[in-house]
Amino acid sequence: MRRLAGVATVLGAVAALVAGCGTRADTTTESTHAASSERAYGDTFVEASIGDIGALIPNLATDAPSHEVGGLVYDQLIRADKNITWLPAMAESWQFTPDCLGLTFKLRQDVKWHDGHPFTAADVVFTWKTLVNPKTPAPFKEKFLQVKDVEALDPYTVQVTYAQPFGRALESWDEYVLPKHLLEGYVADGKLRESPQNKRPIGTGPYRFQEWRSGEKVVLVANPDYYLGRPYISRIVYRVIPSQATIFLELKARGVDYSGGLTAVQYMRQTEYPAFRKAYNKFRYPGNGYTFLAFNLKDPRFADKRVRQAIAHAIDKQELMDGVAMGLAREATGPIRPTSWAYTDHVTRYAFDPAAAKRLLAAAGWTDRDGDGMVEDKDGRPFVFTIRTNQGNDERKRIAEIVQQRLKDVGVKVEIQTIDWASFIKEFVKPRKFEAIVLGLGFGADPDQYVLWHSSQTGPEQMNRTGYANPEVDALLDKGRASCRRQDRVKTYHRIQEILADDLPMIFLYVRDALPVAASRVHGPDPGPAGIMWNLPEWYVPKPLQVYTAG
Amino acid sequence: MGLFVLRRLLLVVPLLIGITFISFVVISLAPGGPLDFLEADNPDLSPEVKRQLTELYGLDKPIVVQYGHWLLRIARLDFGRSFLPDGRPVLAKILERMPVTLAINLIELIIIVSVAVPIGVLSATRQYSVFDKITTIFVFVGFATPDFWLALLLMALFGAQLGWLPISGLRHINAEYLPFWSQQWDLISHLLLPIAVGTFGGLAGFSRYMRQSMLEVVRQDYVQTARAKGLPEEVVIGKHALRNALLPVVTILGLSLPGLIGGSVIIESVFAIPGMGQLMVQSIYARDYPVVMGNLVIVSVLTLFANLFADLAYGLVDPRIRLGRGRRSR
Repeated sequence: MRRLAGVATVLGAVAALVAGCGTRADTTTESTHAASSERAYGDTFVEASIGDIGALIPNLATDAPSHEVGGLVYDQLIRADKNITWLPAMAESWQFTPDCLGLTFKLRQDVKWHDGHPFTAADVVFTWKTLVNPKTPAPFKEKFLQVKDVEALDPYTVQVTYAQPFGRALESWDEYVLPKHLLEGYVADGKLRESPQNKRPIGTGPYRFQEWRSGEKVVLVANPDYYLGRPYISRIVYRVIPSQATIFLELKARGVDYSGGLTAVQYMRQTEYPAFRKAYNKFRYPGNGYTFLAFNLKDPRFADKRVRQAIAHAIDKQELMDGVAMGLAREATGPIRPTSWAYTDHVTRYAFDPAAAKRLLAAAGWTDRDGDGMVEDKDGRPFVFTIRTNQGNDERKRIAEIVQQRLKDVGVKVEIQTIDWASFIKEFVKPRKFEAIVLGLGFGADPDQYVLWHSSQTGPEQMNRTGYANPEVDALLDKGRASCRRQDRVKTYHRIQEILADDLPMIFLYVRDALPVAASRVHGPDPGPAGIMWNLPEWYVPKPLQVYTAG
Repeated sequence: MGLFVLRRLLLVVPLLIGITFISFVVISLAPGGPLDFLEADNPDLSPEVKRQLTELYGLDKPIVVQYGHWLLRIARLDFGRSFLPDGRPVLAKILERMPVTLAINLIELIIIVSVAVPIGVLSATRQYSVFDKITTIFVFVGFATPDFWLALLLMALFGAQLGWLPISGLRHINAEYLPFWSQQWDLISHLLLPIAVGTFGGLAGFSRYMRQSMLEVVRQDYVQTARAKGLPEEVVIGKHALRNALLPVVTILGLSLPGLIGGSVIIESVFAIPGMGQLMVQSIYARDYPVVMGNLVIVSVLTLFANLFADLAYGLVDPRIRLGRGRRSR
């Protein structure tokens, strides 16, 4: 999923004045007097990136810029379209065996590495072996540890075998394929990071690497031999601008063509003037994650489902979204992306209803026994708990404040503590030393929820942070993982969402909208569940609108 | 003189060990570590990788052992490799960032000194005049203005509103395709605002020191004597008073030398200049220990030498402090 988020832009240069990568503006347009919206090659697309690029072998990196650049330089066997439906990429087709244990990819025969070397099945096998090699520090290798073997049946056929059916099998091959002929020696020595590939990458993707100036920029140029056709925009420049305020000023001065995220205030107010609207298109679509309020289910008060449901009734999600995101968010009903095939909204919802909240609290034994407006248990102890979240995230802090106010209305006292990220995770979240936390999680490309909710996943390093344990959900999670067919899995995930919405180990608050902006001269952005960058090679700037001629 | 320098140079070694040891311990004790990204709440991250990296980086060993290893490497001038996924040699990362930071700070320093000294002298010799009052106001505004705020205002005005100057970065995207002189102008125009901001803050403090120092000196007897001798005022101030007034200023100048390399974190971040300050901040956030320590060694060495240099410079400006028997007439 991470790679869906990203990519960049371009531009290009039309006349290839300097760089000599000749433009062929007329190959797709019939007339040189094209209408102002006709596709054309050329121009440069300048993208502002708040962080520097971590590595040019993106399989080793977790940062978004590395994956944006990597997603253009490298290619995968399969790729996601706008709706995260898997399309052929370097594999022209694939086939599961009926028991889901075997997966065969047929590879395209016309793919070449940027150095001219042909791409074959050996590269795929090599990539898998590299990532599972204990000496390779690849953070996302877990999905490949499920694979029993990968072999090349012939130069253009790859056979993957699994020890047991793995629901995410196909999705896991949305992975950058690495060039065997350039990297073989480095992997064996555990020196992949130090290889020249990590500075000057050779991939098979739509853009070729040109230059990386650390802390300043990365420059990519269109790959004229790309097997899906040469991308339109000739050059993409990632400019590293570590300050959000500076990026916004650069936008206003039209110094950059793209920024991945406006703030709500910038989106609603500061960009609402004619010059900005003319120069840029603003986009708004559901983002790639949800924000939640999670409870520690080991705490006896929160172990009672009625208490959790009471809190859900006491919170007005709309008020939260308006208050912290100026309404630029949508209600979340569960942990699955609302646009996923596995999503259902036929789940229990909790309307804002303080009276219902009070009834549920009373049923759980919490009533106002001393008339002070706050609820107490039968021993007279008041209901007080602390919501913790990480420092530096104003949004989460404000959520905690609004929840605090709303819970006070139903007689529950909330304290708020913000802690710096590292200590927050280490001292509170991992050892489960919290009562409630506000945090966010990303949606995966696949609906698999195993590591989040399975009762086997509650160790300190594991992701089931609330300590949730429900035998029915455990069985469903196992079942959902154990098939490679959507029609088998969809019911399973619907049921999981229903149970989670009823059990409420956490209150799923909202999905924040992504708010990118792109220069209006660039045609083609078509944001969807996959983000906005998924079709970047198809973006173009009509000839009359092109700005940059060099490149 | 030679002996003095030698002794000072030898002292640098234990000092460096002390500085680096304390820094090493402090940064290791700070919450979080280089593998923090693996704490990011991402369900796809593999916990096994954290264990592997911990071993790879030697983070499983006690701090003292880690420091020992680091020190042994540094003694061979091996700064190691970055913990970031790029795995690049620390020295390469630092050296590629150094020229721009050095250049910016050097230019700033030259401007600051050449403007602050006359301002200080003038406002001291015309104490409580209109000029003095205006510069006093200017100085306090300079002290009180946060760098980043002034930077953003200037960027908004000259960059976004008027469009006279580029907002951020070091070069235009197409700089490499420009003719030679346009490239130079491109570079200069990118540096104007950052240098202006950096100079403004420094100017304030520096001219204040100069004024203060000058005020003290002009009350001295020997200045009275010089005047009594009938020397012209320019000579009294420019020769007799100024040279003595410069003494404390030299100290401050020496102390500001490490800043040449350390760079300005804020200015470099706001203006998106890929310099040492930015590198330092990024590596601290990432807990990229080898880069942080490498940076620190370089800045420490520089500080120690700057102090030495300042001591020697005293000798040049103040005969009273001139050391040893190497007394040469100037």
